[in-house]
Amino acid sequence: MAAAPESTDPSKSPGLLGWIDQRFPLSKLWKEQVSEYYAPKNFNFWYYFGSLALLVLVNQLITGIFLTMNYKPSSAEAFSSVEYIMRDVDWGWLIRYMHSTGASAFFIVVYLHMFRALLYGSHRKPRELLWIFGCLIFLLLMAEAFMGYVLPWGNMSFWGAQVIVSLFGSLPVIGGGLVEWIRGDYVIADATLNRFFALHVAALPLALVFLVIAHLMALHEVGSNNPDGIDIKKHKDSKGHYLDGIPFHPYYTVKDVVGVAGFLVIFCGVIFFAPTFGGLFLESPNFEPANPLQTPPHIAPVWYFTPFYAMLRAVPSFAGTQVWGVLVMGAAIVVLFFVPWLDRSPVLSIRYRGPIYKIALAIFSVAFIILGVCGLKPPSGIYPMLAKICTALYFAFFLLMPWYTKIDSVKPVPERVTGHA
Amino acid sequence: MHKHLVLIAAAFLAASAVVGVASAQEGENSLPHSGADINDVESLQRGARNFMNYCSGCHSLKYLRYNRMAKDLEIPESELTGNLMFTSDRPFDTINTSMPADAEGWFGKQPPDLSLMARARSVDYIYAFLKGFYVDKTRPWGTNNLILPGAAMPDVLADLQGLQKPVFKNEPDERGSANMVLVGVEKMTAGALKPEEYDRFVRDTANFLDYAGEPIKAKRQSMGVFVILFLLVFFAFAYMLKKEYWKDVH
Repeated sequence: MAAAPESTDPSKSPGLLGWIDQRFPLSKLWKEQVSEYYAPKNFNFWYYFGSLALLVLVNQLITGIFLTMNYKPSSAEAFSSVEYIMRDVDWGWLIRYMHSTGASAFFIVVYLHMFRALLYGSHRKPRELLWIFGCLIFLLLMAEAFMGYVLPWGNMSFWGAQVIVSLFGSLPVIGGGLVEWIRGDYVIADATLNRFFALHVAALPLALVFLVIAHLMALHEVGSNNPDGIDIKKHKDSKGHYLDGIPFHPYYTVKDVVGVAGFLVIFCGVIFFAPTFGGLFLESPNFEPANPLQTPPHIAPVWYFTPFYAMLRAVPSFAGTQVWGVLVMGAAIVVLFFVPWLDRSPVLSIRYRGPIYKIALAIFSVAFIILGVCGLKPPSGIYPMLAKICTALYFAFFLLMPWYTKIDSVKPVPERVTGHA
Repeated sequence: MHKHLVLIAAAFLAASAVVGVASAQEGENSLPHSGADINDVESLQRGARNFMNYCSGCHSLKYLRYNRMAKDLEIPESELTGNLMFTSDRPFDTINTSMPADAEGWFGKQPPDLSLMARARSVDYIYAFLKGFYVDKTRPWGTNNLILPGAAMPDVLADLQGLQKPVFKNEPDERGSANMVLVGVEKMTAGALKPEEYDRFVRDTANFLDYAGEPIKAKRQSMGVFVILFLLVFFAFAYMLKKEYWKDVH
């Protein structure tokens, strides 16, 4: 008999890898997704945050698993079990700080990652679905962070949950029943804590991981955008490789390791020297156990929710209901999903756009940061007015986009990418 | 090419300027700095002694174990069991109090557990609180507190500090009527300790409660120095590796 065809085929690997490859597309996956996935060679600083978001996700999953080993999801034991982790579990304090700092780090890298898309038009055709998966990840991340914040069962956990859950109560007709259904009780109580734990450690992380996989599959299907916002697939060499592309591995794996190292310096700086980050990452009232009879002096959500919280408070009640603020807050998230179609500019990257988009994006960024500050502060002094103005600016950026991106001037777009980092 | 980066930087500067102006309008209401140092083991030892002698009768530290405290604060076991443990607890127990659960009837409020007080309030808050008692005949225990008006706690350290009396200032309201505002306290009678000795006593006690709030704090910070140094070296190597790989990308 002739030799088996696979032993003579040079494309097939020998040994254990060959054995696996005949049964599972390991080498094929590695080649398609990593070693022969061609990425533009001109990625800059802004392109670190995707891989960093993945790093933080893994950090949250792993530290989260270890936290669940000692955490008790009951209103009687939750607070003490967190202190048990902080004091009696070997390295428990480090695991907990990695998780709590990771939550804030997640939002920092995700906000910067989304900002990158607005800079270089990464949401535009053919990456609309990639962007939508990203928006869904952001939405789930907010739910995941909110429920995680309730678990330590400190006084801010309790009252934060009280405020946020009661928002649903302002919805007409279904409001009251919906709030009861979410809480599982007539007040925020043991049943609420228990179900938030289930959602936080099982349902939402599972959904997040699936969405991240879908996000990466969509990315690798259409290919990465780049700071010039041009298609690198147009120019190939004689072997059919993209002239402006380089294999993700080893070029971007070694580059992302540099990003990871830089990120870890800051991340560990916070963990080891400022884990509460001046009350922004871990709020002082949360070091007191949940107390339904004592409201903290000033209830504010964690910093990453404050821009949206400020929008909620900026809208006055009207026709006897507070629901308008809730709807505005919801709309602030929903509008993100439509950005690929709101943007009518003929070019993708900010590098080749005119002054209008640059100014609009700058105003939007400033407004978003000011909203974040307004949400942290009590609603007095100049903050309510600032929040109203910035809410208007936030929506103006998106809702006027079809017009101002169309009339904006553009610069000629180069055929090939410019430079590399 | 990097014009938009300049633009973004300008935007962030503008944002921080607005925020800066806004917070300047609020007026800071900051507490005096206590000067407590979590790395000063002798101060922590004195603070532990102060706590066990003056505070533990009413306040527990229910998340801190005696033997953990002894180990971290370099207190010998004989010293711990002989001079610092007044209850029937064993060294591996947490620091509980003999205060009965119905002490609310005595004080109007159960004396709170102090395990996390320094984290919930701050070490400076505890320092200022313990220095803030003054004579106020309208209160059940005859004293009130600058930092926590209407405090349920009596001035248990009066023997050490001496008594203080309130200082009022007339700040007329907008209609011009007299309006006495409490602005501070001043010494009324001398205590067993001189003022600077009392300050040290309170600083040590606050420092100890800072330790009790997070026993790993000092170790965490000293460990962090090595973690950051390692990561900086790692960063340098990662950067050089990247440079090497990217030499052929043009």
